[in-house]
Amino acid sequence: MIDPGSVLTTDLVGLATTRHAYVLFVLLSTIGLYMLIANENLVKKVIGVNMFQTGIFLFFITSAYRVGGSAPIIEGAGPYVSPLPQVIVLTAIVVGISLTAVGLALSIRLYNEYGTLRADALREVIGDE
Amino acid sequence: MSDVLLALLVTVPLVAAIFPLLFGLRYENAGWPIALAGSLVVTGLAGTLAWEIFTASTETGQRLVHEMAGYPAPYGIELVGDGLSALIALLISVVSVAVLIYSRSTGPGSNAFYSGFLLLMGGLLGMTLTGDLFNLFVFLEIVGLITYALVASDDSGMAAYGALKYLFLGTVGASLYLIGVGYLLVRTGSLNMLDLQARLADIGYTEPLVQAAFGFILIGLMLKIAVFPLHTWQPDAYTYAPDTVSAYISALVSTTAAYALIRISFDVFTVDFFAANQLITDAVVLVASISIVVGSLLAAMQTEIKRVFAYSSVAQFGMIVVAIGLNSRTALLGAVIHLVGHGLMKATLFMGAGILSSAYGATTISDYAGLAKRSPITSGGIAVTGLALVGIPPSIGILGKWYIALGAVESGSWSVAIIIFISTLLTLTYVARIIETLYFNPPEATHEETAASESVEHVAVGDEAVADGGLETRVATERIVVVAVLAVSTVALFASVDLFTELLDPVFGRFFQ
Repeated sequence: MIDPGSVLTTDLVGLATTRHAYVLFVLLSTIGLYMLIANENLVKKVIGVNMFQTGIFLFFITSAYRVGGSAPIIEGAGPYVSPLPQVIVLTAIVVGISLTAVGLALSIRLYNEYGTLRADALREVIGDE
Repeated sequence: MSDVLLALLVTVPLVAAIFPLLFGLRYENAGWPIALAGSLVVTGLAGTLAWEIFTASTETGQRLVHEMAGYPAPYGIELVGDGLSALIALLISVVSVAVLIYSRSTGPGSNAFYSGFLLLMGGLLGMTLTGDLFNLFVFLEIVGLITYALVASDDSGMAAYGALKYLFLGTVGASLYLIGVGYLLVRTGSLNMLDLQARLADIGYTEPLVQAAFGFILIGLMLKIAVFPLHTWQPDAYTYAPDTVSAYISALVSTTAAYALIRISFDVFTVDFFAANQLITDAVVLVASISIVVGSLLAAMQTEIKRVFAYSSVAQFGMIVVAIGLNSRTALLGAVIHLVGHGLMKATLFMGAGILSSAYGATTISDYAGLAKRSPITSGGIAVTGLALVGIPPSIGILGKWYIALGAVESGSWSVAIIIFISTLLTLTYVARIIETLYFNPPEATHEETAASESVEHVAVGDEAVADGGLETRVATERIVVVAVLAVSTVALFASVDLFTELLDPVFGRFFQ
């Protein structure tokens, strides 16, 4: 088993050069999550959720990749990249788009009702009612 | 033959969901009869499934499998029906029928609502029956999406606010679950639950990637279950949703997520994982115990009736999650009984509260003063179910709590047993407050304002009452009957413990071999 501590201290360069896709996955997801929590604008929160999910899709796609692999259509000789994560990401993208649509629709309804897209203002108005 | 049953259980509601919108183009009120027909068919199918598993004598008969599109197990997606999933499927279908009958007169009456209702039922059944981790994610998101839409089906802006809050947190939960599934896929290359169980046993349970995968799945599903401190979406969603929707989602949505957590914990990771990772086990027990206490305390502090019931769910689901961490067969039996019992009890309570709010505009506990005289059956239903929730025998509420506490004592976790006892006392405080207000507080004791607004409402509803045939209450009879029947069922199910044990024995035999 690899000790995560030693990897970080001795092989930070290796991590950045060979595992950059994973670094990107973590960065994108956490930035998205931070945006969802810290930004008060509802539309930007929806964008944050989208970024969070996109990071996860990137992780799946990366896991399917192999050096020299071709598209997984069984005709020529292998090796092929794994088709399963790609199918998963396709499905997850569809789910993500539906969520974005519902989220934006609800934001529009809130804007029409209260005239604001800021979560803190909404909390204040609804708390008063 | 029997395995087609599983596919039908998922496809019938999903396909039926098209028709309310389709026929809605021509007939205005097409939605309700179609939804009712769909739920009755599903109830029949779920009943047949449970009966087949109950009467089966062989091991293959007790675990029915359907390979979707004929692709064999580790590659294709499986639907699996065993005692545990049949029980939850039965709960889903019975509550669906009850809520539909209740919704006939109160709505939301649009055809789109009934399409959403059927889609939600199909999604819940899919979560219950699937044997594939990614398929579970898809159904989880179907359930999530429809729930956000149904919560927002009330016209108020607050409903949209509750739904959007739920959407943000629910999506994060489902995405965290997806990360966990991704880690498992990367490590093992499989998504089938039973296949994963074998592969994880080979890999070993102490590997960081496997531990991280469980962590992500646990947090993701806890967000969906609404365990403290991840519960913040839940009271708003339940309170601002229309009464029908609150009753439906409070009874089933978190329940099915909790079922999924039980299924993954014991079918994919197994008891050996918990034995190998004492820290994770302790963390689950600790978080769930905090949820039990804090949920009960918050419920006791609320004045709005729907919020009381919403926070009480936080506590009850804490008990179910604690049973997963206890790692005892008795506690898990209690958890499953409590899952079913809580679903029935919360459906009854929310429907009862819905009747009182549409009849008298009563939404807070103080509004309930003296209502028992004016609507004795509904008040009786709320009182009986409330006492069942506390865990006064004979009721299904005591069965679940009793077995969880017994399992805690058996596995030496006295603290958990004590916490369940404390939570029972706290539950008693808020239920007793509701019952006292209903039965013993005279209506005059409330502010004059409420009395005035009440009389205004009676004038306002006068026309409707005449249109209904001059009935004194303008609440449709079938709504009261549903509440009464469900309230009686929570008491009657006290006698059902043998049925539960017999149905669940083969499943638990696999879990705790």
